[in-house]
Amino acid sequence: MTAVSRRDFLKAGAVAGAGLSIAISLPSCAPGPRKEVSTPLKPNAWVRVSTDGMVTLVVDRSEMGQGVYTALPMLLADELDVPWEAVRIEPAGAGKEYFNSLFPSQVTGGSTSVASAWMPLREAGAKARAMLVGAAAATWAVDAAECRTENGVVIHGPTRRRLKYGELAERAAAMPVPAKVTLKDPKDFKFIGTPVKRLDLPDKVRGKATFGMDVQVPGMLVAVVARCPVFGGKAKTWDETAAKQVPGVKQVVQVSSGIAVLADGYWNARKGADALKVVWDEGKGASFGSASMHHDMEALVKKAGHVAKTAGTGALGHGGPQVSAVYEAPYLAHACMEPMNATASVETGRCTVWVPTQYQSGPVLGGGVQEVAAKLTGLDPSKVTVNTTFLGGGFGRRVMHDFVIEAVEASKAAGVPVKVVWSREDDIQHDYYRPPTYAHFAASLGADGMPTGLTARVVCPSILASAFGAPKTVFDDSATEGIANMPYDIPNLLVDCTQPDWAVPLGFWRSVGSSQNGFLVESFIDELAWTAGKDPLEYRRAMLAAKPRHLAVLELAAREAKWGTPVPDGHAVGIALMESFNSIVAEVAEVSLNTDRTVRVHRVVAAVDCGTVVNPDGVRAQVESAIVYGLTAALHGQITIEKGRVVQSNFHDYPLLRFQEMPVVEVHLIDSKDKPTGIGEPATPPIAPAVANAVYALTKQRIRRLPLGAIPA
Amino acid sequence: MIQLKVNGRDVSVDVLPDTPLLWVLRDSLHLTGTKFGCGIGQCGACTVHLDGVAQKSCQIPATSAAGKAVTTIEGLSSDGNHPVQQAWIAEQVPQCGYCQSGQIMRAASLLSKSPKPTDDQIDETMSENLCRCGTYQRIRKAIHRAAGQVTA
Repeated sequence: MTAVSRRDFLKAGAVAGAGLSIAISLPSCAPGPRKEVSTPLKPNAWVRVSTDGMVTLVVDRSEMGQGVYTALPMLLADELDVPWEAVRIEPAGAGKEYFNSLFPSQVTGGSTSVASAWMPLREAGAKARAMLVGAAAATWAVDAAECRTENGVVIHGPTRRRLKYGELAERAAAMPVPAKVTLKDPKDFKFIGTPVKRLDLPDKVRGKATFGMDVQVPGMLVAVVARCPVFGGKAKTWDETAAKQVPGVKQVVQVSSGIAVLADGYWNARKGADALKVVWDEGKGASFGSASMHHDMEALVKKAGHVAKTAGTGALGHGGPQVSAVYEAPYLAHACMEPMNATASVETGRCTVWVPTQYQSGPVLGGGVQEVAAKLTGLDPSKVTVNTTFLGGGFGRRVMHDFVIEAVEASKAAGVPVKVVWSREDDIQHDYYRPPTYAHFAASLGADGMPTGLTARVVCPSILASAFGAPKTVFDDSATEGIANMPYDIPNLLVDCTQPDWAVPLGFWRSVGSSQNGFLVESFIDELAWTAGKDPLEYRRAMLAAKPRHLAVLELAAREAKWGTPVPDGHAVGIALMESFNSIVAEVAEVSLNTDRTVRVHRVVAAVDCGTVVNPDGVRAQVESAIVYGLTAALHGQITIEKGRVVQSNFHDYPLLRFQEMPVVEVHLIDSKDKPTGIGEPATPPIAPAVANAVYALTKQRIRRLPLGAIPA
Repeated sequence: MIQLKVNGRDVSVDVLPDTPLLWVLRDSLHLTGTKFGCGIGQCGACTVHLDGVAQKSCQIPATSAAGKAVTTIEGLSSDGNHPVQQAWIAEQVPQCGYCQSGQIMRAASLLSKSPKPTDDQIDETMSENLCRCGTYQRIRKAIHRAAGQVTA
C-alpha cells in the first residue's frame, strides 16, 4: 500500500481503502472554506504556493501553547514577502526533512524551535521568493535584479509591471531552486519583531481546536488501561469477568504496561477498568520510598562523584570564613492540563497514529512515534503515518511514548482503532518525573566577602538512564546544569555528581536540570551575600564583570523592579539570575506571608535576553507561563513515593497555582540583534530562588528544601 | 434514554445513568470543546452552563441535567464572537488552550451576573478553574475588557 502524505490525507479527508476519516482543525488566517486549487510551487518542505495566491506554510514543531504555529510561519512569511491574510498553515507529518538541526530528530523541546528554525525557515522562504522573482523576470524577459516583491506581488521596477505570486506559481515551479539566497536586512523585517496575533486562537476560543483527546475515528473504541501502581511491576493474572459485564465494554486486551479495557466511550471503559481484578507482580520497586531515598542521598552526598566542572584548584580557599548548606528538591509531575492520550489504527501493512506528541520521528532517545510504532507493528517506518494534534501542554512529558505504545498495542490486539485515554490519577501516578536533587554546597569567602572557592556535591539520578536506558558510564549532565555553568567569576570551583539508580521513571521537565538547580545555586549565592553583609544585587554584579550580557539582564530587572527602594510593610524582595537554553533571565520577586505563614507572591519583574525577539507578545506570554510553572513548583510541587507508589493522585494533593495566587508579572526584553535563543523554558529556573531569597529577606529564614510551604516563625 | 437540551437542541442519549454530563457531551454528542481535566471537580476544564450558570460537567450526572438548558462552548454564541471570546483574542489569552473553553464559560457566567466585576470577584470566581500555562494575568485583563458588554 502506498504511503499517503499528511497533506494528501488532510486534503482528501479520508484515505482510500482505509475507511478512516478525521477532521483535524487547522488554523488559518484565511476565513472560510477554500476551493481546491492547484498548488504547483513546492520548492521545499515548508512552502507551497497555489495558483490562487494562497500560501501554505508547513509547521514541523508541535504546538503545545508556546506559539510555534505563529512564530515559525512568521519566519517563512517575512522572507517570502506575503500578506499574512494569504497564509494558511499545516502541521507537518513525520519525516527527516523536519528534523531539528539541534538534536537531530523531529523533536519539539529544549526551547529550540525558533532558534533552530531561524536560518533554515528564512532561507526556505527566501528561496521560494527568488523562484517567483525568477519566473516573473523570465515572463517579462528582464533581469531579475530589476524586480522586487511586495506583499505577494512581483514588481518590475523600471516598467512597474506586476504579477501576483499565484499567477507565477506554475512557471516558478519550473525554475531551479537557488543554492544560495540573500536574506533580508533585519531593518526590513515586516513580521519579525512585531506582536503578531496567534493563528491558533480563533479555534481555541471556540472549542474547535482538535487536541489528541478529541480525535474521533470511525469504529474506534476508547481504552482505559489498568497499570501496576508500583513502578516496574507487571500483571501476573487477571479476571475480566466483571469488567466485561459493564455495558459498552467490548474487549479486554493485554498491553505491555497493563490490561486495557476497550469500550464505546471513556466512562464505560473506566468503569470496566475499575471492575478488573488484577494480581500484580510488583517487583523490586515496591521497597522504594521517599524516606529511604532521603537516607540514601544523605550518605551519597558525602562521596565523591563524577566531576562535572572544575576551575582553579577545584577546592575551597583557606583562611577566610566558610559557608556550607544542604539543598533539596523533590520529584515533580508535569501535570499537563490534557491528560495523556493517543489514538492508533493498526491495519495490514499500515499504521496510523493521531497523537499530541513532542517527538514525531528520529533516531535519538529510542526513536520517535514513527519508529516506535514501526517496531511494535513490524512495519517499515514509512508505513506509519503520524498525525500531530494540538497538545494540551507538553513541558517535556510528551517527548515520551508510553501512551503511544499502549494505543498501538491495543489496536493491534483488538483489530480496531483505539484511543487510549488516561485519567488525571493515571497522569500524576505514571509520569516520567523531574529527578529529585540533594546537594551539599560549600564556599570560602575572601577578605572582601567575595567567594574564593565554591564546591557543589550533587546527588541526582540520570534522566537518560531512567527514561532511555543509557548505560551507567554515561553522565547525564542535566543533573548539574545551572550549577556547572553558573556565570559568576569564582576562581576555584568544583561541581561533582553521583547518579543513583532508583525505580521511579524520570523525564525532562520544563527547563530540566536548571529548574531545580536554579533554586540550589541562586539560594546559596544569596546566602553568601548575606554572610558577607552585602546587598544580593551588588554581590552578583561584582561577580559578573566579565559577563556583560548577564550583567545587562541583571541590571534591567533591578532597575525595573526599583531594587533598593522601600516596599510596603511586611513585604520584601529577592533576586535571582539564571542562564538556560542560551537565554538569560533575571527575576525580582516581591513577597509577604499569609496569616498561615505560607508565601504570597505579589509581583515578579523579569528581564530577558533571548536574542532577536521574533514575536514579542509570544515571548512575554512564555515568560509569564514559565514563571507560573516554576512558582507552582516553588510553592506547592511535591511527588512522594511510598512502597513504590506515588502518594499524590490529582489536583487536590498535587495543587497547581490558582488564579487568586497569581502575582503581577512584568516582562522586560533586552533589545538584541543576536540570533534567537530559547524562550519556552528559561524563565522557570529563577523564580523559586527569587521567591526564597525574598522570604529570607523578610523573615531571615533560609528555606533550603522545596516546596517552600509554611515558613517557620 | 436521557433527554437533554444542549445548545438549544433536544437530544436523547443512551448511557449509564451515572455517566457524567461531561462524557455525554464529549463521547455521545461529540461536543469536544468541553474538556476532561481531572474528573473530580478540581480544575474546571469541563465547565458548561446549566440554565446560564457555570457548572463543572464532570460532577453532574447526565440525569440531573435533564430539564435544564445545557450550554457548551460550541453554543456560547451563534457566531463564535461572544464578547468574552473576542476579549480572549484581543488579550491573546490562550496558550495550549486546553483549559480555555472552561475559563471562557466561567467568565461568561460571571459577567452575566456581575457585568462589571471587581478584581476580588474575578479572583474568587476564576479560582475555580486551573490553567497550567499560567494565563491568569491575561484572563483578568480580558474579563475587564469584556466587562459591560455581556447581557444576561
